[in-house]
Parts: sequence; C-alpha cells; structure tokens
Amino acid sequence: MALNKLKFNSLNVTPTAGKAIGFNSSADGLEATLSGGAMRFIKKLTASSSATLSFVNGSSDVVLDSTYKEYIFVFNNIHAATNRAQLTAGFRDGSTNYDATVTNTYFYSYNNEDDSGAGIGYATGGDLAQSTNFSNIGTALDNSNDACYVGYLHLFNPSSTTFVKHFIVRGNSSYITSGGTVASEEVYAAGYCNVTAAIDAVQFKLSSGNIDAGTITLYGIN
Amino acid sequence: MALTKFNFNSFDLTTAASKGLAFNSSANGFETAVEGSMTLIKTLTASSSATLSFVDGSSSVVLDNTYPVYLFKYINIHPATDSTNFSFQANASGGSGYNETITSTYFKAEHDEGDSATALSYDTDFDQAQGTGFQTLVGGLGNGNDESASGQLYLFNPSSTTFVKHFFGVSQYYHKSNYSNSHRAGGYFNTTSAIDEIQFKMSSGNIDAGTIKLYGIKDS
Repeated sequence: MALNKLKFNSLNVTPTAGKAIGFNSSADGLEATLSGGAMRFIKKLTASSSATLSFVNGSSDVVLDSTYKEYIFVFNNIHAATNRAQLTAGFRDGSTNYDATVTNTYFYSYNNEDDSGAGIGYATGGDLAQSTNFSNIGTALDNSNDACYVGYLHLFNPSSTTFVKHFIVRGNSSYITSGGTVASEEVYAAGYCNVTAAIDAVQFKLSSGNIDAGTITLYGIN
Repeated sequence: MALTKFNFNSFDLTTAASKGLAFNSSANGFETAVEGSMTLIKTLTASSSATLSFVDGSSSVVLDNTYPVYLFKYINIHPATDSTNFSFQANASGGSGYNETITSTYFKAEHDEGDSATALSYDTDFDQAQGTGFQTLVGGLGNGNDESASGQLYLFNPSSTTFVKHFFGVSQYYHKSNYSNSHRAGGYFNTTSAIDEIQFKMSSGNIDAGTIKLYGIKDS
C-alpha cells in the first residue's frame, strides 16, 4: 500500500519560502512566520596543530557571500604552539592570496597577574596602514597548557563591490611579556579592507608556529 | 466523527530529531527548519534582590558544555543604593562560594551632561590581579528614578577543564554624577575547574530592579 505523506500545500497556511510553521498568536490556526533566529551557524573549524584555518566561500559548506550582510567569527580557546605568537587574519579579494589591503587600528587593556602593571594603550606595532599583510587580531599569547585566546571578529558586507569592507575585533587573552610576566589583555582591533572587490575568504593563522588547538566558528547574521 | 491527528511521520520529509517543520526555499516542499544559533536560556528579574544567580541545573538554567559561548545581557539595572557597583563572580563546579581567582582589566570612557568633562582612562579601582572579589562591570551607578545600567557580558567555554575561562563585557550607564559612562571589563577566571554558577550583585544594597538574560551560542 502506498504511503500518503502530507505535501507542503496540504496545510491550511500559505507556503512561504524558508519559513517554519507555527501556531498563530491566537493558537487557533497555523502561520508561516517563524524564522529560527537571526544568528545562523555556518561552519566550525577545529585546530589541531594547524598552520592555518581558512573559511572559503563555496568550499566545505562555507557561505561567505551576499547571503548575509554581517558575518561573525568566534574564536574559542585558541592555544598557540609557540610562545608569544599572535593570532592574525587575512582577507582574500579575488585572487588565491589572502592579501587584501588593510588599514586598521589596534589598542589594548592589560593587567599583570602579579599586579606589577596595568593600563591601556594604542599599539602602532599592531596596526596596519594600507598593508597587504595579515592583520593582528590578538596579542602575544602565553602557550602554557591552561592559557588561550577568545573573542570575535565581525565582518560587514563582504560581498559589496561598492564599499570597503569593515571589520571589528574584540578578544581577551592570556598574554605573556618577553620577560615572562603573565597578564590578562583585552584586544580591540578594527579596520577595513580597502578594496571594492568582494571578500570571499578569510584565513586565520598565528604570527609564528601552529595553532595547537582551539575552534573558530563562523555565523551569518540575518 | 472520529478526529484524525497527524503524526510525526505524516509529512513529506525525512524526520530529524529536535528540528522544526518549514517550507523550503522554493516554497514548494517541506524541509527541517534552520535553527538560530543563539538561544535564550533564562531571564531573571530583580525585585529588591540581593543577588541574581544562574546555577547550572537549577531553575532551567544551562551553564555547562551544552554551549561553547554564553552571553549575559543586563538591562536597566537599577540599584537601591546610590553610587554602587554592579558586579559578578563565579563558583566552580563542586566548589562553594562565589570566589574564583580573577585577573582582569577595566577601562572607561565618560562624558558629563554639562559638556565640561570627558575622559578615557584605565581604572585600577575595578581591575583584579589574582583577586577573588566580585568583578565590577559598572562602577558608581546612580539610583535616581531614571538612572540605570545596561550591557552585556560574554563568557567563553565555562565547562573547560583545560583552559582558564575568559570573559569580557561592555556596559553603558548613568553615573551618579550625571555622566554618560561606557565601561569595559575583560579577564579570566584563573582556574581549570569548570565554572557552572554565575552570580550578579551590587557592591552595597539590593538590585532594586532590572533584568538579566542568559543566552547560549551553539557552534554546530
């Protein structure tokens, strides 16, 4: 016996693309208005002694195009193989290289665990001015077993072919000085890819050595 | 007349655990609904409250490895006492007391209503270097009827037993001296024990009113 399944047009509601079906506000009918929230998971990459972690539109289920006007990369428990390595990001603007021209700012807030120093400051060593280098989005990481870096990078409208592409970073790290002093350090980096070509891929890597462990998760914001 | 109910397998799609039912992108078929990544877990509302606590496994609170990132949003926090600080601390799994070791930073931007003073500065009064006190998120909050603080606080991977637990927050509020203040706190609980309880309170007096919401952000 053939099994009859209810088709999309079997319900007493007008089908609406991409909408979920719920009960209406009076609980006496159906409606197709639920959207499931504005923040959508796209892809998680997990580092395992990784030289780079790359999000490439159209590859491995990654979406990084006009589908969303805003993307958020969340980095969690980034652990460096090499002491004092910094997390960096590169943006791809049409070629195979992550070399989109960037101008950005970088400032920080720190406090040493031994209470020997604290403050905020702008770091000219962390910013870029019309550079094709990777952008610093983290500070010199302590690579002790329990130390790591967390934070987010918002990338706005990467598919625009009219405007430059702005990004905003905030993170908190287990920072270590060259003398071995450990601190909590907050990082604020922001800037733009000074290109009108679409950005279709973002790559993360450390300034030296591998990303020993950690995750970077990409979300799209409706 | 008998009433016919449709069961889970009555619809023309492959069922998927814990997913909703949605129309596809062409509106000509069914598909499982795409979920949002940010889920409201719990809302606590202050009413002359000494503390507001989010405890994993209690009162429907989830604060474990279900989510890798948690986000607290505090809205219109109004203190009973003038010029007090809004703060938070954690209790590790199996521990007692909100007294985990914190190293943190704290800086602020401020501007008075009279347009006579502005500042951007680090505030050593509110940071901690391996301290166990409550971490200030808002310093010097006024208690006038229309004065309050709002902001948000991220907590990363509190269930980790490998890494310290990082957090950072931003607050916007009405300072007791009629300033607009924007304060930023960031740091870590310097423990490899899992954190499964977070408590908010004022440095003195009750939280007269306000709401704190806890969200989980999934990564799958």
